[in-house]
Amino acid sequence: MEDTPMEILTAIKRVPETGAKVSLTDDKQAIDTTSLGFTFSPHEECAVEEGVQLVEEHGGNVTILTLGAEDATEQLRSAIAMGADNGILLDGGDEEWGPVGTASAIADAVEEGDTNFDLLLFGNESADTANHQIGVRVAEQLDLPCITGIKDLDIADGIATAKRDVPGGSEVYEIDLPAVITVKEGLNEPRYPSMRAKMQARKASVDQQSPAPHEEGLELVELEVPETDDSPAEILGESPEAAEDVVDVLEELEVV
Amino acid sequence: MVLTLVEHDDGDVDDVSLQALALARDVADQTGESLDAVAFGPEADAVAEQIGAHGVQTLRVVDDDALADYAPEAYGRAVVQCAEELGTEAVIAPGTDRGAETLSHAAAKLDEPMAAEVTEVAVGEAYELTRQRWGGTLIEHSKLTADTNLLTVAANEVSAAETGGDAAAVEAFAPDVDESDLRVQLTEVEESDIEGVPLGEARVVVSGGRGTDGDFSELEALVERVPNAALGSSRAAVNEGWRPHDDQIGQTGAKIAPEIYIPCGISGAVQHMVGCKGAENILAVNTDPEAAIIQKADYAVIADLHEVAPAIAEELEARGHAE
Repeated sequence: MEDTPMEILTAIKRVPETGAKVSLTDDKQAIDTTSLGFTFSPHEECAVEEGVQLVEEHGGNVTILTLGAEDATEQLRSAIAMGADNGILLDGGDEEWGPVGTASAIADAVEEGDTNFDLLLFGNESADTANHQIGVRVAEQLDLPCITGIKDLDIADGIATAKRDVPGGSEVYEIDLPAVITVKEGLNEPRYPSMRAKMQARKASVDQQSPAPHEEGLELVELEVPETDDSPAEILGESPEAAEDVVDVLEELEVV
Repeated sequence: MVLTLVEHDDGDVDDVSLQALALARDVADQTGESLDAVAFGPEADAVAEQIGAHGVQTLRVVDDDALADYAPEAYGRAVVQCAEELGTEAVIAPGTDRGAETLSHAAAKLDEPMAAEVTEVAVGEAYELTRQRWGGTLIEHSKLTADTNLLTVAANEVSAAETGGDAAAVEAFAPDVDESDLRVQLTEVEESDIEGVPLGEARVVVSGGRGTDGDFSELEALVERVPNAALGSSRAAVNEGWRPHDDQIGQTGAKIAPEIYIPCGISGAVQHMVGCKGAENILAVNTDPEAAIIQKADYAVIADLHEVAPAIAEELEARGHAE
């Protein structure tokens, strides 16, 4: 059967880059980002990469969507630089949106838009809030089939063959398109955009919309940075001769 | 009543479900409600016996040929119907792929909020929750207010504990599942072709990062000399293409809980530590005494892994530890 072009929507979320220990704002409502950069989650990088690869294979378009403040346009353009075609910013202001409102806003935008998407790709969970439910909620509102946590995906003849890891192997699902699929890192190797692609992404069209807020039922009280035991390690040595002490430790733990 | 979704493999209840039962029992104790469970598939008696010892009074069993193979939307529908029929106050699921997926469908169908990665619940006028963000490097305190309180329990963060009770009573539950709920259903299970001990089950995990410079041969040789050991890696090593993603330990990779974890040439970024926080002991090998991993380890060797790993293997051999 001849390949038909695909319309793909990939959703991403602007999150702080936290390679080191995080600190909180004075009101304990958010991470203090004054000295942090921003990115989008590794799972979502793979979702963008998969969308771009599918369009390279089948033809079509990848639209990147994000819900956030206007500065989330930076992440939209980063994703476009990876090879997506255009972006949609659901301008939610500076407030943190919960999973019910986020999913509702995304599904409303899809329902009200002009494009009939064949595939909606999400990260399995966002790096920051880890709510694990946006993709499923969007699928439920749009009455689309959905599978989560995917690490291998193949599309042929309007059917997605999707696999996810389980201990000792992987589960295989076959799903008719259109569908919602949430992915995990390891699905592919996201590309680094070229400087030329980054420059072009600055000019790509970004459609800006204002979603309606939604009752959440889950209200943030405050955040807390857990205490960690940062007592120094017992130094067994500074040369290969420390191997004797290492094996002593392994023997004490009865693992050898 | 508090209803808990229980996963099992041919009657063998999975660990994360037992952990979810511990938190669910705490909620039931606080509310003065009974603790019940719902499970799918045959082997009800074996499941009932195990979960009875964890405080479950009644097990609702969905044993339907159409649902013999996992189908997330249908399972979500069944959980909704079971919760509605029983008039349950809370539905609690294990924080597994299936648990989160099934409960997300249930939450959407009920039009209720759902809290994921929960570790504690204090029941007052609302459910006051403690839950994990950023893989547990940040804790969220929040209030859940709903007619049916839906939450998943963070994996390996709550200790399962037996109460010593008798087997749970078993009652069949027959959900009214629509054909359209079966549009996503497990087609087959492929066995992994990866040999050796799975990372999640290993008692010893040795892993390498950027400090390996791409040469994992000494670490592979060391792992072969230790029983029940597995080889892992950092995200940096995966990004360099040195190791497959299946080996990656961290927030977006494998979560491990060995008796000892031996990271070699790994700096100890927050995201990596999320993957190994379940380790009982950490023995870091690193040339940099200032590396973050040294602060987080119990033991450390400040030296080149390419020299230390072969020396450990030789010492194991000299002391007669079997290959």
